[in-house]
Amino acid sequence: MSSQPRMVEVRQNVLKQNDLLARKLRQRFADAGLLVVSMVSTPGAGKTALLEHTLTQMKAYGFHVAALVGDLATENDARRLARSNAPVKQIVTGTICHLDADMVRHALDGWTLTELDVLFIENVGNLVCPSSYDLGENIRLVLMSVTEGEDKPLKYPTIFNSADVAVITKMDLAKAVEFDLDAARANIQRVRPGMKIIELSVKSGVGMEEYLCFLRSKLQCPEMLSTDCADYADFFKEKGVNPIVPNESA
Amino acid sequence: MIEMAKEESARRGDARVTALHLKLGPLSGVVKEALTFSFEIACQCTVLEGARLIIEEAPVAIRCPTCCEDRVTTSIQDLRCPACGDSSAEVVRGRELEVVALELEEVEEMVT
Repeated sequence: MSSQPRMVEVRQNVLKQNDLLARKLRQRFADAGLLVVSMVSTPGAGKTALLEHTLTQMKAYGFHVAALVGDLATENDARRLARSNAPVKQIVTGTICHLDADMVRHALDGWTLTELDVLFIENVGNLVCPSSYDLGENIRLVLMSVTEGEDKPLKYPTIFNSADVAVITKMDLAKAVEFDLDAARANIQRVRPGMKIIELSVKSGVGMEEYLCFLRSKLQCPEMLSTDCADYADFFKEKGVNPIVPNESA
Repeated sequence: MIEMAKEESARRGDARVTALHLKLGPLSGVVKEALTFSFEIACQCTVLEGARLIIEEAPVAIRCPTCCEDRVTTSIQDLRCPACGDSSAEVVRGRELEVVALELEEVEEMVT
């Protein structure tokens, strides 16, 4: 018996399985008329704080919202988010540093998607691996806080490139940490030209109106990504809601 | 990657895999060094044990709206056309994480 090496062509995407699942999820979300927004950032950039606020406010406007939240361990975030009274499910990933489409699919068991308007997915705090995994979302927000420095997009270009909108958080601290907003904006545009940027602070409320209006514009027209929301003020007037809800935990 | 190679090997009578050719783009989110390091360990006790990992690094290319051409960028931190300087978010290449080919030690059928 003799053996000889032979070249076999494969040409398969390693993440094909995830991409196929994500595509199915995206179709399911579209069929249910559901907008799905995911959030990625480093640990501590303020995903959970922003999400808690978002859920509370969107509920106040009468939208049906829900959230999935991923962490390596603990159900702390789900408990925090549950204060908004929106349905929340924690995905505990164990040692896995990112969510994948299959975890999302399993977490949705028992939920009727047609009853929801927006589903938020908070990824594990990590700027590396989540960029490779499509979760079937319509919009991916990448958060960076002012305390992380202006060059974050240059250090992690892949995740910024995989996202649709950059959200700069903790703007209330910008002055204290001498954050150079123009440099941050320029860095984002270098790694993802034309990317929409929203600057906000959950604590002071600055920028929250623009952010919430952006989400609302997506609900009306999800296929449009770079939306200028000129009717923010009218929208809030019409709803009779103060866009800034005082931070209860502060 | 290992699963794909194992499937391919199983289809060919569990032939030993001696090399795996991978195409890797800088925007795939996978770090070459980390992959190389873990590959050897992941191959242990499989038909890939001792297999070489041959990585072809693919460049990032954007579709330049001004030149109407696909252009390879100088850096993943700067998505601008090297010819005209215009920026573009349309990445046409650079996200690859693809098993291109396998080298198998094919077992010749026993002649009775």
